[in-house]
Amino acid sequence: MTRSAAFLLGMRALLPMLLGVVPFGVIYGVVALQSGIPPLAAVLMSSLVFAGSAQFLLAQLLGAGAPVLLAVGAVGLINLRHALYSASVAPALHALPRRWKVLLAYLLTDEAYAAAIPHLMQQPRSPQAHWLLFGAGFALWTGWQLSTLAGVLVGTQLPADLGLDFALPLTFIAIVVPLIDSRARLAAALVAGTMAVLLAGLPWKTGLFFAALAGLAAGAFVGRRP
Amino acid sequence: MNWTDWLPLWLACGLLTFAIRYSFIGLEGRYRPPGWFVRWLPYVPIAALTALATPELLLDAGNIQLGADNPRLWAGLVAIAVAARWRNTLLTIAAGFAALGLLRWLGDL
Repeated sequence: MTRSAAFLLGMRALLPMLLGVVPFGVIYGVVALQSGIPPLAAVLMSSLVFAGSAQFLLAQLLGAGAPVLLAVGAVGLINLRHALYSASVAPALHALPRRWKVLLAYLLTDEAYAAAIPHLMQQPRSPQAHWLLFGAGFALWTGWQLSTLAGVLVGTQLPADLGLDFALPLTFIAIVVPLIDSRARLAAALVAGTMAVLLAGLPWKTGLFFAALAGLAAGAFVGRRP
Repeated sequence: MNWTDWLPLWLACGLLTFAIRYSFIGLEGRYRPPGWFVRWLPYVPIAALTALATPELLLDAGNIQLGADNPRLWAGLVAIAVAARWRNTLLTIAAGFAALGLLRWLGDL
């Protein structure tokens, strides 16, 4: 695979997720303004933080008058699961110069990771892994910046109940289901999925992180038995 | 408040988020992770993405909804079946949306 083919593959894998991300970005822009954040600051948050659910939470916490330290702590907790993605892609990015690692870490979101994963699981040491992740990250970054800008500038004209946010779980299903080819992987999915539902009440989406950890443990436990 | 007054907080949140995402990418090759950690890693894609998807199917405003009146659950199951049979991303998404639309339409009748 050439660089440009990998870049385009990453972009293409990410595109369906934009169906769900763009309305979310528009709503973020609206919520940020309602929370008393000035328009320019609301737009800049999208490039400085670049983490959808964390930005949403931050705007809501500030709007509710939460202390600044609590807000920073909550952003850290809500993004904790990205450490798992970091560990997961680290071997594939091992030999890259630091500027590539910094760029790809900045772009390492749920969506970009999901878009790159089918290829990375087939070829864990793929020489074009960075172009693939860059293509996916670039597509998401652009969609996110433009949609939050649209939310700030024109407000929400989208009917809230179109259900476009369903595109994200559907894409994750489309990516994960074909990967489940062993009892260990099935166990990881069942335990992580069940725990995510049971722990959904934990603050700042930390349930997602602990549910994923439980899934990892279940997969490794089932996988080590003959 | 001026818009620049918010930038230090955005920078703090951005740097923290970046540090979390850079963590293992930056450490790779400089340390040897424990064996259990290495055995857990291959399951990250499946565990993390399933954890993100399932609450969207099963929860409505924080409550578990397993009934016939939860269209997202049944549309999600259709998507899982289509993904398992055809392994095609766009087809899976189209089937999930079609099922959701149909179930909502039936629910409104």
